[in-house]
Amino acid sequence: MIDPQPFILSFKLAFIVTGILLLAAIPIAYWLAYTKSRLRILLGTLVTMPLVLPPSVLGFYLLLAFSPLSGFGKFLQDHFDIRLAFSFGGLVIASVLYSLPFMVGPIQAGLQSLPAELRQASYSLGKSGRTTLFRILLPNIRSSLVTGIVLSFAHTIGEFGVVLMIGGNIPGQTRLASIAIYDHVEMMQYGAAGKEAILLFLLSFCIVLTVYLVNQKFKGTLSR
Amino acid sequence: MIRIHLHKSLQSPGGRKSLEIDCDLPAGQLITIYGSSGVGKTSLLNMLAGFMKPDGGSIEVNGKVWFRGGSEQAAKEEERGGKEKDVGVDLSPQARRIGYVFQEQALFPNMTVKENLVYALEKGQRADRIGELTELMELQSFLSRRPGTLSGGEKQRVALARALVRDPDLLLLDEPFSALDHDMRVRMQDYILSVHRRYPLTLLLVSHDLSEIVRVSDHIVWLEDGRVKKEGKPFAVFSDRRVSGHFQFTGEVLSLRREDVVYVADVLIGRDLVKIVCTAEEAASLRPGSRVRVVSKAFNPFIEKML
Repeated sequence: MIDPQPFILSFKLAFIVTGILLLAAIPIAYWLAYTKSRLRILLGTLVTMPLVLPPSVLGFYLLLAFSPLSGFGKFLQDHFDIRLAFSFGGLVIASVLYSLPFMVGPIQAGLQSLPAELRQASYSLGKSGRTTLFRILLPNIRSSLVTGIVLSFAHTIGEFGVVLMIGGNIPGQTRLASIAIYDHVEMMQYGAAGKEAILLFLLSFCIVLTVYLVNQKFKGTLSR
Repeated sequence: MIRIHLHKSLQSPGGRKSLEIDCDLPAGQLITIYGSSGVGKTSLLNMLAGFMKPDGGSIEVNGKVWFRGGSEQAAKEEERGGKEKDVGVDLSPQARRIGYVFQEQALFPNMTVKENLVYALEKGQRADRIGELTELMELQSFLSRRPGTLSGGEKQRVALARALVRDPDLLLLDEPFSALDHDMRVRMQDYILSVHRRYPLTLLLVSHDLSEIVRVSDHIVWLEDGRVKKEGKPFAVFSDRRVSGHFQFTGEVLSLRREDVVYVADVLIGRDLVKIVCTAEEAASLRPGSRVRVVSKAFNPFIEKML
């Protein structure tokens, strides 16, 4: 039998991370898409870094930062009694950083693909930037939003390096599905690892398939 | 009165060029900005709408300042002994009370026609306005459809209606006829004229096609090389001398054909199609689409009082 706990933990993490990312990525993507500031290049690069950085590098720095021996980790421990290293909270923060480009990228590309006239038309009708964003821009990039949500979700489920570095392997706390598979392989339990692997494979397949199906449907509704 | 005194340096495919517009336009009229493609007409509209910031100058609409260049100008003013420190004004597009009809209409694809109109309502504004405009623009039959399913002419009418919902002081229209065929163009002109008759706003229309604007305009501003070349009533702008023993008309050659020993050109003058006989040499220089001036001596004209 497969132990369901690592899977439940993986999905819980993915839900929380995707929710946080959606809230955080919309303002970042909006700013990156429309600003003329030169800081755009710097922030854009930082947001994209997790795509190219080895997970172990990000994990290493986060581990240092979260450690109660470091300034930041000590501050959290002393003032809020929060310990992020080897905890679920630490996993959430690390995963948000690591999956950020998967949410920001599609939303930014979606916003940039909209004709400038849509925004201008809304402004000329006296509508604020915020109203324009929520009533005009976001509804017209629904497929980008779905892509961002699904990619971030799937990427968080599939994450391994970062969570291993800063989460470790504590059952019920930081033992995610991907870690469980690695653990089984290390202990030569190929049967259990195989079952978990195929389950993760099928789940990921379904998720990506959903992206394509939903995107097709959105394309249909806008031209009808 | 709409006072426009602007300068702006624009990046164009042919290199940098400067736009320097100085004109005072009468309010409440249908004004056309005429000029060839790339002369800066759309940039001028964008500066009026607040989408593009002029390098300097001022825009004043019905006594209200929408834009006035800051620092640099204020400094000069101070040198000349100006008392007040002029900090410059640049109203946001939202604060300018404009309607903007875009060349590509820019209807919101996620909303139906009706939702597009309702979106434009201001807080607390009565919804009667929607019904009134629906009737004026004859949108009843496709209110519940999405913009993606409409024809070019229908989209243009929706865009016009949407721009009017807010009851703007200034309605800006960017090449409103360019995407339409001839019949639709004439109908669209009629819709714009009915708006002009019904509401007391100022219409500012941009066009590069002479034949489509002479008919509807009260006032024309002719741009060339980024400057106002001429402005005034259409007739005054497009004829060289004010009084003469000739009739002069400008028009567009629609077709040219040979009949026996002469050539006959169909020329569109205003709304009228006129057949004009021309010689082989004259015909050789013409082709459909040529802009021509038709001159005739006022030798023995009939004058008839119209009923």
